[in-house]
Amino acid sequence: MTTTATSALADSELPRLRLDVAPLLLLPILALLALPLVGSFPTWVTLTIAGLAMGMMIFIMASGLTLVFGLMDVLNFGHGAFVSVGAFTATLVLLPMQGWMQADSVLLNLSALGLAIALAVLVTGALGWAFERVIIIPVYGQHLKQILITMGGMIVAEQMIHVIWGPDQIPLPLPASFRGVLLFGDVAVEKYRLLAVAVGLIVFAAMFLVLNRTKVGLLIRAGVENSEMVEALGYRIRRLFVGVFVAGSALAGLGGVLWGLYREMLTAAMGSDLMVPVFIVIIIGGLGSVGGCFIGAMLVALVANYAGFLAPKIALVSNILLMVSILLWRPQGLFPVAKR
Amino acid sequence: MLSLTGVHTHIGQYHILQGVDLVLPHGELTVLLGRNGAGKTTTLRTIMGLWHASRGALVFDGSDITQTATADIACAGIAYVPENMGIFSDLTVHENLVLAARDGEPDKARLEWIFGFFPALKKFWNQAAGTLSGGQKQMLAIARAIVEPRKLLLVDEPTKGLAPAIIQSLITAFRELKAMETTILLVEQNFNFVRSLGDSVAVMDDGRIVHVGPMAELSENLDLQQKLLGLSLDTHQ
Ligand SMILES: Nc1ncnc2c1ncn2[C@@H]1O[C@H](COP(=O)(O)OP(=O)(O)OP(=O)(O)O)[C@@H](O)[C@H]1O
Ligand SMILES: [Mg+2]
Repeated sequence: MTTTATSALADSELPRLRLDVAPLLLLPILALLALPLVGSFPTWVTLTIAGLAMGMMIFIMASGLTLVFGLMDVLNFGHGAFVSVGAFTATLVLLPMQGWMQADSVLLNLSALGLAIALAVLVTGALGWAFERVIIIPVYGQHLKQILITMGGMIVAEQMIHVIWGPDQIPLPLPASFRGVLLFGDVAVEKYRLLAVAVGLIVFAAMFLVLNRTKVGLLIRAGVENSEMVEALGYRIRRLFVGVFVAGSALAGLGGVLWGLYREMLTAAMGSDLMVPVFIVIIIGGLGSVGGCFIGAMLVALVANYAGFLAPKIALVSNILLMVSILLWRPQGLFPVAKR
Repeated sequence: MLSLTGVHTHIGQYHILQGVDLVLPHGELTVLLGRNGAGKTTTLRTIMGLWHASRGALVFDGSDITQTATADIACAGIAYVPENMGIFSDLTVHENLVLAARDGEPDKARLEWIFGFFPALKKFWNQAAGTLSGGQKQMLAIARAIVEPRKLLLVDEPTKGLAPAIIQSLITAFRELKAMETTILLVEQNFNFVRSLGDSVAVMDDGRIVHVGPMAELSENLDLQQKLLGLSLDTHQ
């Protein structure tokens, strides 16, 4: 029990401020540190934008996964399936519509892309809904089983892709207006990367608005912290979770389309290959934190791009090194989510 | 209002509640005392449906809620202030109360009434709840439970770790709630806090109710206090 003197203050005492800017500063610090190492300014700009574009795509894929874990403690190792399925579904629109894709019109290009994305998002969203019913429900609360069965789900999904689209890689050319580079003086920036950055920012802004300005968003944030209390206030956390799972799957599908176009080549295993950086990102960011996921994705992608240029030999392990150093600094990730 | 008959609750392999019988009359404040580990929190969680009773029956307002889901129990009119307060630290005071009100913004007049005894909530309306002090968090946790009129209030050890001035504002709050004939089940270790508030008192030990009676009787009877509170308090203080 505290003393009476402090208790008189207790009512008026100012809450302590918790403005946590340190993780936000990591990005500019990293970029500025890289500048002298890279040496040439145009190269640095190219690398940085490449990193941001890659980071945006990883963020789009990872954001749903971090909420799925935060809300229901569900470890979904099958998330990559939605990435691959999304990308392959997009080919159903993009390949027949090569006419629009290769037309010399931004409008036609974007229309074809938009249609492909809409289809991919619908299909992966629906697949996510089924995945949750069939695969996730039976293993609530059992992490080991979750890992095994969701990995199994991903293998099945990859095999289904082979069955439907055949065993070969599928080339996926970029739309005409997003091929090539824009020149700003000496600085060359790939157009498609700018598009990826724009889409990533839109998704981030939309998520931010939903999470902060809508009641569903408040419930999601509250549920990530204490799902039991959300129930005790009279809300069914399961409905919320299904919604988040479907939205997260659809976002992974969107990420898959963007990534497939970025690589201009699709493989059934692209989703599972991407799960390593995705998991690193959500661990670095703090499980359950969308803001942390965003910063984490940018960090991972920037480090990968800088390291790939400066020291290709360590580029492969750069993500792991980044994760280890961040966890040494903040063991719960950049933005630890308060848990009951 | 609420009755528990022969309620048994298991947590995993542990048999925690071993036949709890308890009746909460409408409009009364019942105090639940008992030593640490007696099963008080488990009783509240069982009422809330956060653990389900393995045997026995819980009847609330005429309907059986033994197997009802927590969200439906809450919607039926039971509000819960857990031992750890369960506030959403990432959300503001305002947002915490919006979620508690369930549909739309909290009622203005009712808020003013709450600010009357918990002025800190007004002051820190748009602050993240995680930045509040322990006492302010407890005020918020209680405010959440009463921001809409509910039929029954379950409150778990609200004075734990709080300074006397804050305890005083909690007493005011409970007095006001009593004046509005709210049915309350209040778990407490602090006998002095509940002595003036409780209408009746139940004492738990080892997962059973071992005494039920009017608060006045316990308040006046030192021998009984010695016997029950010795059981419920002395060994731990
Ligand atoms: N999650 C759990 N798993 C296993 N045992 C538990 C769990 N929660 C509580 N118990 C056990 O149940 C018994 C009753 O616990 P409960 O929290 O209901 O006691 P309490 O009367 O509220 O105690 P306190 O005054 O310390 O809050 C204790 O022996 C405790 O160890
Ligand atoms: Mg307790």
